[in-house]
Amino acid sequence: MTVNETLAQASNAMVYGSMTAFTGAMVAFSISLAKGRRLETLETSVERSNASHQVRMGATATLDRPAVSTSVSDEAGRGEGRRAGNIGMALTWLGTILLGTGIVFRGLSAGRPPVGNMYEFSLAAGFAVSLAYCLLSLTRDLRWLGVFITVPVLLDLGLALTVLYTDSAQLVPALNSYWLAIHVTAAIVCMGAFTVGAALSGLYLVAQAAEDRVAAGQEPGRSAALAHRIPSADRLDLMAYRIHAFMFPIWTFAVIAGAIWAEAAWGRYWGWDPKETWAFITWVIYAAYLHARATAGWRGRKAAFVAIAGYGAIIFNYFIVNIYVQGLHSYSGL
Amino acid sequence: MGSSDLNEFSGELVMANLRWLWRQLTSMRIALILLFLLALASVPGSLFPQRGTSPLRVKEFLQDNPTSGPILDRLYMFDVFASPWFAAIYLLLFISLTGCVLPRALEHYKEIRSLPPVAPKNLSRLPAHQQWHSARPAEEIITETQQAWKKRGWRVRTGDGWISAEKGYSRETGNLIFHLALLVLLVAVGVGGAVGFRGTVIVREGSGFANNVTQYDTFAPGRMFGPDQLPPFSFSLKDFGATYQRGGRQNGAPREFFADIVVKDTQDAQPRDLRIEVNDPLRTSGITVYLVGHGYAPEFTIRDAKGNVVWQDAAVFLPQDGAFTSSGVVKVPDTVPQLGIQGFFLPTASGDFSHGPKSKFPAADKPEVYLSAWIGDLGLDSGMPQSVYRLDTEKMSRIGIEELAPGEIWKLPNSGVTVEFSGYREWASFAITRDPGKGWALGAAIASIVGLSLSLLIPRRRAWLRVTATPSEGNLIEVAGLSKTEAPGLSNEISQLAKLVSAPEETDDR
Ligand code: HEM
Repeated sequence: MTVNETLAQASNAMVYGSMTAFTGAMVAFSISLAKGRRLETLETSVERSNASHQVRMGATATLDRPAVSTSVSDEAGRGEGRRAGNIGMALTWLGTILLGTGIVFRGLSAGRPPVGNMYEFSLAAGFAVSLAYCLLSLTRDLRWLGVFITVPVLLDLGLALTVLYTDSAQLVPALNSYWLAIHVTAAIVCMGAFTVGAALSGLYLVAQAAEDRVAAGQEPGRSAALAHRIPSADRLDLMAYRIHAFMFPIWTFAVIAGAIWAEAAWGRYWGWDPKETWAFITWVIYAAYLHARATAGWRGRKAAFVAIAGYGAIIFNYFIVNIYVQGLHSYSGL
Repeated sequence: MGSSDLNEFSGELVMANLRWLWRQLTSMRIALILLFLLALASVPGSLFPQRGTSPLRVKEFLQDNPTSGPILDRLYMFDVFASPWFAAIYLLLFISLTGCVLPRALEHYKEIRSLPPVAPKNLSRLPAHQQWHSARPAEEIITETQQAWKKRGWRVRTGDGWISAEKGYSRETGNLIFHLALLVLLVAVGVGGAVGFRGTVIVREGSGFANNVTQYDTFAPGRMFGPDQLPPFSFSLKDFGATYQRGGRQNGAPREFFADIVVKDTQDAQPRDLRIEVNDPLRTSGITVYLVGHGYAPEFTIRDAKGNVVWQDAAVFLPQDGAFTSSGVVKVPDTVPQLGIQGFFLPTASGDFSHGPKSKFPAADKPEVYLSAWIGDLGLDSGMPQSVYRLDTEKMSRIGIEELAPGEIWKLPNSGVTVEFSGYREWASFAITRDPGKGWALGAAIASIVGLSLSLLIPRRRAWLRVTATPSEGNLIEVAGLSKTEAPGLSNEISQLAKLVSAPEETDDR
């Protein structure tokens, strides 16, 4: 079977189109963020955070006000920035659809799953991030998060087109397996979701820093400019935790699917190939994050750093190991 | 203090210290640290070449770094995953995990069989809370609600005017399943590797392999390997095939490999035809046979001056590059003086020898051999083991070089010996492995995902109902709930539970 060049070129055009849309979205989201203000003041966040922590610790008797809700409001990005935020949202949807179409065309052009080399992984990872964001935003207002999604997606697509680009082609025999679709798709979905998780953990650190200063009676400081425009630290922490907790079993599955495939292709299910080693390291760091969050002294800031370190391991595995380290996973196509 | 007292005292001290050590070791904090250490310890394994997977690159590294190399070697940087310190972390983690999971499993078992705790006095302070008034008698409300909640899967306990309910035990069950599965996985990996083996063998088209240690080219048994791990199966290679990308930027990239073999699963079994591909190995009696590589074996017939055949076979040549420029040797000990042929096989000869003999495409489109002939002493009698892919030319001299196409005959100068290049066969290399821990590892891995999903996605939560008599408005009904972990939708769930309490004659003042 040969490669269909028309479809391959159409795919490239779609990818450029999606980058244009994401660039527009990034600008719109920035305007929206700059103009937006959350409804709750930092002071209220601090108060409510203290109250809900006491409830969770079981110290309900010390509360003087009844009926404290632990479900935190996420009233951010409302107000003036709304219109720009809506434009950003629409452009993100457009970019996601264009990118998805580009990926499908790429697969059709070679007659195989479009996850055969680093260029294609990167497209798929960008798609996973933007799709996860779009779907999550269906049930809640996430316009404040838009900048922190579109910037990594643009970086990813930019790298894909400039550094990682490979012409559409068929697969080397080692990749010719249905496990390609299963293992690689799971891994890419995780990369996408962990990107969102890392962004949330980073924003949490910003919000927490501002709230800590307010709680200590100081001016909110440098981070306040951003902290005023995003949800409260508790809310961000909870969102980050939920994403990581939801994705961790899927990441575990991705690693195990890789082991099953390795058993069929290379004759052993685990061989400490560099890529395997870093998948394991990533897994351990995220497991440590979940533990840390369940340990009193490690909650909050330390846990967030662990989550970000986990994302660092993912990025290292993707760029450094794929391109510079010799191993069996040498299918970057570079 | 008498000496026996002292002994007793120090004995207690030792015990106390051991208990302290055990508690530390099995605490979550230490587990966390050990986890981090394990991750950290595997980093050098991914950055330095490892003997287990790429011994040649380790040798190169040691040659290129004569000072730092041996020091790194002393620190096991080239055998990270077989090093004592890696084993130590692994073992400590194992102990830590055992020490934390087993007691917790016992505790959980007891908890599952016990009742939820008594309802707190003041429900209004809980995060999710609802209240209203009802004219119905308290006993009726309690009895009916208790049944309705039970039907919803809540574990229920009742008392004087209250219900206490709990749900989500499978969170802890799942957590225990996950940690136990990790234990099983660690054991399966360790034992499987120790009992099994891994070997490789090159088989030419038309030749075969019988499962016997002597037939392997390389053989790496585990520490506890026994010969009974080698079931008697055999196979022969009928045909190897490969296709390659033609044209474009990835010209010559492999697209498909397959090996058609005839297998006998046991000594007396009926032979069966089978195709092995890269992602599709042969599995028989606990053994797995993988297609891992391939190459060319040019066929030669060598005759002495009288025309008698002194050597006739297909010689395995090893590929040197992506276009399958292959090199190999033929040793003919029976001529006087002894004869050695060193050569290159080019599947697609380029006709340009300015950079030495080089093939330009991996498929055999225009096969040629490029040979040099040596006479003298092959050195086979020295007792030193010799590679079959290398000619030791120390005691030999070269008498000529020649380029041959299939069917061509080369008459060696001054000797009457002829070398005929009659064609080529392909060969395939196979990795043959046995890992009895494999199935256990897979089972544990699947169990770990199930356990993880339960433990991360199911919240543990409690709900209460309290009926309090009021002087004027009948009974005050309160329903409230609390989640031990951040659970989305707790208030929704409490509303659902509250609805199960309602009956027609109630006055709703929520
Ligand atoms: C001494 C050893 C260990 C102890 C005492 C321990 C303890 C715990 C506890 C108490 C939880 C429940 C936390 C919660 O419900 O939020 C938990 C969860 C978990 N553990 Fe461990 N653990 C140990 C070792 C390990 C190891 C070696 C791993 C694997 C890398 C691991 C991975 C996990 C994961 C992924 C969770 C799920 C997180 C969650 O439920 O929130 N644990 N562990």
